[in-house]
Amino acid sequence: MQALTPAAAAIELRGIEKSFGSVHAVRGVSLRIEAGTITGIVGENGAGKSTLMSILYGLYRADAGEIWVDGRLVEMASPRDAIAHGIGMVHQHFMLIDTFTVLENMVLGAEGGVLLAGGLAAARAELARLARDYGLSVDPDARIADLSVGEQQRVEILKVLFRGARILILDEPSAVLTPQETDRLFRILQTLKERGVSVVLITHKLREIMAATDRVYVMRQGLVVVERRTADTNSEELAELMVGRKVHLDLDKAPTRWGEVLLRAEHLSLVDDRGVRLLDDVELELRAGEIVGIAGVTGNGQSELLQVLAGIRPPSGGQLTVCGHVLDAHHPGNPAQMRALGLAHVPEDRLRQGMVAAFEASETSILGYQDGPPFTRHYLLDGPAVGAHCARLMESFDVRPRSPALRSSNFSGGNQQKLVLAREIARKPKVLLVGQPTRGVDIGAIEFIHRELVKARDAGCAVLVVSVELDEILSLADRILVMFAGRIVGEVEPGRADERTLGLMMAGADAA
Amino acid sequence: MRPPRRSLSGALPVWAEVALLPLVNIALAFIVVGLIVAIIGVDPFHALRLLVVGALGSSESIGYTLYYATNFTFTGLAVAVAFHAGLFNIGGEGQAYIGGLGCGLAVLALDRWLPAWLMIPIAIAAAALFGAAWAAVPAWLQAWRGSHIVITTIMFNFVASALMVYLMVNVLIAPGSMTPQSRTFAPSGRIPAMHDALQAIGITVAPSALNLSILLALACCVAVWVFLWHTPWGYALRTMGHNPEAAVYAGTSLRRMTMLAMCLSGALAGFVGVNELMGVHHRIVLDFPAGYGFAGIAVALMGRNHPLGIALAALLFGALQQGGAELAFEIPTITREMVVVIQGLIILFSGALAHLPRPWLQILFARRAS
Amino acid sequence: MDEAFSFVFLMLASTLRVATPLVLCAMGGLFSEKGGIVDVGLEGKMLMAAFFAAATASVTGSAWAGVAAAIIAAEALALLHGLACITYRGNQVVSGVAINILAAGLTVVLGAAWFARGGQTPPLVGDQRLAPLFLPGAGDNILVYAALLSVPLTWWIIARTRFGLRLRAVGEMPLAVDAAGLSVAWLRYRAVLLCGLLAGLAGAYLSIGQNAGFSRDMTAGQGFIALAAIIFGKWRPLPALGACLIFGLLDAMAIRLQGVRVPGLGEVPVQLIQAMPYLLTMFLLAGFIGRAVAPKAAGVPYEKEH
Repeated sequence: MQALTPAAAAIELRGIEKSFGSVHAVRGVSLRIEAGTITGIVGENGAGKSTLMSILYGLYRADAGEIWVDGRLVEMASPRDAIAHGIGMVHQHFMLIDTFTVLENMVLGAEGGVLLAGGLAAARAELARLARDYGLSVDPDARIADLSVGEQQRVEILKVLFRGARILILDEPSAVLTPQETDRLFRILQTLKERGVSVVLITHKLREIMAATDRVYVMRQGLVVVERRTADTNSEELAELMVGRKVHLDLDKAPTRWGEVLLRAEHLSLVDDRGVRLLDDVELELRAGEIVGIAGVTGNGQSELLQVLAGIRPPSGGQLTVCGHVLDAHHPGNPAQMRALGLAHVPEDRLRQGMVAAFEASETSILGYQDGPPFTRHYLLDGPAVGAHCARLMESFDVRPRSPALRSSNFSGGNQQKLVLAREIARKPKVLLVGQPTRGVDIGAIEFIHRELVKARDAGCAVLVVSVELDEILSLADRILVMFAGRIVGEVEPGRADERTLGLMMAGADAA
Repeated sequence: MRPPRRSLSGALPVWAEVALLPLVNIALAFIVVGLIVAIIGVDPFHALRLLVVGALGSSESIGYTLYYATNFTFTGLAVAVAFHAGLFNIGGEGQAYIGGLGCGLAVLALDRWLPAWLMIPIAIAAAALFGAAWAAVPAWLQAWRGSHIVITTIMFNFVASALMVYLMVNVLIAPGSMTPQSRTFAPSGRIPAMHDALQAIGITVAPSALNLSILLALACCVAVWVFLWHTPWGYALRTMGHNPEAAVYAGTSLRRMTMLAMCLSGALAGFVGVNELMGVHHRIVLDFPAGYGFAGIAVALMGRNHPLGIALAALLFGALQQGGAELAFEIPTITREMVVVIQGLIILFSGALAHLPRPWLQILFARRAS
Repeated sequence: MDEAFSFVFLMLASTLRVATPLVLCAMGGLFSEKGGIVDVGLEGKMLMAAFFAAATASVTGSAWAGVAAAIIAAEALALLHGLACITYRGNQVVSGVAINILAAGLTVVLGAAWFARGGQTPPLVGDQRLAPLFLPGAGDNILVYAALLSVPLTWWIIARTRFGLRLRAVGEMPLAVDAAGLSVAWLRYRAVLLCGLLAGLAGAYLSIGQNAGFSRDMTAGQGFIALAAIIFGKWRPLPALGACLIFGLLDAMAIRLQGVRVPGLGEVPVQLIQAMPYLLTMFLLAGFIGRAVAPKAAGVPYEKEH
């Protein structure tokens, strides 16, 4: 296979830029997808992979840059253009209509006439042919809602092939699949490749990149950081390239003084409405005076663990002991009760959970603590007390600008995060849960936040940190737990772990 | 006319967001009203002059303006309280109706025994209770059964109307009366008219329908303001309206907060019954809500859901109502439904089409900036 | 026996008469809601159409001109709703409420200005009204048949045509429609316009078919009953027709049962029967009679980029 012959590129992206408001999601990305190959694009969540592919598919418009298909410069104003150029996309969240049958979903947008009957009959025949050629069988008259996730994905692929696509983009295709279904998907992709279809595989799972692709691009923070032939690289190298935010922070940490167990989870499980196990038999102990870091690729149950521990979602099974109080599926806690027990929670997504964008900073500074003194006296909120409280938090956590009356949304990400953290630490909690302590936060604020977390630990607080940033976990934690597929798959001491081994555990490559 | 390709939620300077955009929206509504008036064959400026004089030209007309404004304040506040919780209560009409039933029943049951100082507070409480109860059913259905509150509140308006017709025709009708209305309230069940109250302290004004219920309306404005911005419950309610996930994080039960918000909203709407029945009609009559419940949406939208804004918007709507009546009297080709048209246009332009001028204003500001 | 037969016939005829505008309106609303645009403004569209139908028929002397005017009037409001909900992504309920209030006011204002009869149009006679087609006295004008025909037609369009498939898709998941390379806005505008067409016919029926002229607020909540029928029919044309017929029958019964003692029940309050459509719909919505699942994207403006 000739790797870099210019004429052979099925798709070439040149200098693609995209910003959403103040977030620079894709920064001048250029890459080539050779015809008849499987190209992997790998990177952490938020690295810009999906945004890039949405631009290629015409769902978003790039702010700058060029898209070339088969050597011709093209305009991708809408998915219609992408489809016309033979590009098909299987989205992470399926573009399938639950109440429709498989056939109806397949023909949507390619009905072949004003009346449905003819188009549906033709599609039925085509579906049978595709099923034969690619081994993609699915009941054409089944309703999508009745299909398994793996079958739904097959419908998505069939939909793309039905439209005659020669270039197939798959966005995190294995995120929702069982290992068996994933294996089956990769066999299908190989068949497609053999029949001349170019495949783009977006994933954060290294094992899949190694198993399925010919070439790989690594993306980080909106940039392509490296391009490799898959044969010339290995998981370890990719893991390092993918997770590395090389801000090594050497925190001066006093030795751990382990105290009593303040939070204990036993056989904790969480099953959603569809029967998917989000948390599976989680065992966890959190002692006073330690920071426990939870490492893992996003979507392996860390968010759900935080929600259950904070009382936001009741567990489906198991038992939770918080500062001596026992909670379980029959007696679930609620966030207010948890706070009363001495648990504080900095949520993963501050904008969605931890604050109200339209509120003044002073209002955000009491979220969750508004009932009772010192903020409520005689059934009334004490405005001056709230303002003074906020001003104090801003002073001690260096939140800028120091304006308690400013709308919360007008602060930068780092200052918002410091305000939320200040609010949660101010009550001197016994247990502190922190999700993504420094997501979207500038470097100066990162150091500050880390030091505050260590301070809380030294003061005897039991701290649990969930982060996708490995170096953060490595520098903060006294113990590291790795989560994968809703389970805690291993415990590592920070002194004995490096990013590479952790990265592999997180990627499910080796759950030892 | 394609709108320029700009974001519909893009930012404008704060003062433009708070003051200019709403003013442009109202101005658009009134330009359309002017066009309609011109189509009818009346000079819009002449009509405007008559309207202003009709609303504010004498102490009597000012009295009526304030009397109408009292109703608009109640329903505007009702819509706003629900709105701050992220709920759309378009059942104000029915809640006002049933609220009126509540205070009417209380008065009919007790007015012969209780003195006014005891009767009136009890009747007001009954109005609030009945209005709240009528809003509680859709609220419960939304919170526990997941049915959409917009649809259920609409349905409950009609159910309220049917219920009232039945009660008035079959149960509450005064013996011997030909029209479906109850017996007259005893004096202890009447809220004093403003001209009588002022007479008592030596001020003489022309008689009008204005009565002391307006003090209740003002008290409600203050109470709603205190509740929403100065109590922990109001704080939690607004949190839910802006960001339900954050409210859950903060430990608020969305179900209970939905019930609280709707019950308060219904109680406020129920006070229309106090103004109308205890203040003016002095008996239970049919159809007294007369669209105030729906107009409350316009009042709340125009008042930007703030009690002060609502009070001002209610004054404007009261003036329109009174001036519109005078206008209809002066110019036979214009009927007082012109006011309803204006209400509809204001809801349209400051509600559904609120973003219409935004792209143009953005261009204006972008040009000035560059 | 003869009496019983004539009673049944009269009940059927009056049920159909009452149900006709409900059916037309419900089918219109069905198109809109299937496409993801909630329409609480059916009432206003119908009212406006009724006014312009009667006004035009009275001025031109032609019932057909009246029907045309009704459609134009309803379509104008439908376009306004589309502009607010689709192009400007406004709140669909607010827009619907605005249209209802606007129509309630404007019909009276214009009527009073043009005809000076306190908001009514002059009584319509002869060719100014739609004549019964086959059964003189039963009021079976062409719009009654149009209403009956609209149901299978609506079913067929929604279930069997390309447009219907795309319409259902855009009401369930506009993002998927966008990803399939189709225009969400254009599909939704067509849905809203179809709704306007049918609501216009419903309005024309009221003022120049069933009645002989327009009177203020003559729709009297029928637009909302049609909305209830859509929900009660669980967003399917044939069950919605059934709901309209039940509601029509209730109305016909309400008129006939006035003051009549039903054995075993006593006198049934007319108002209870009138409130039945709303009460039944509430029960349905509460999940006590099966589950009514609205199109998933109904009421949500489509925003591509956040």
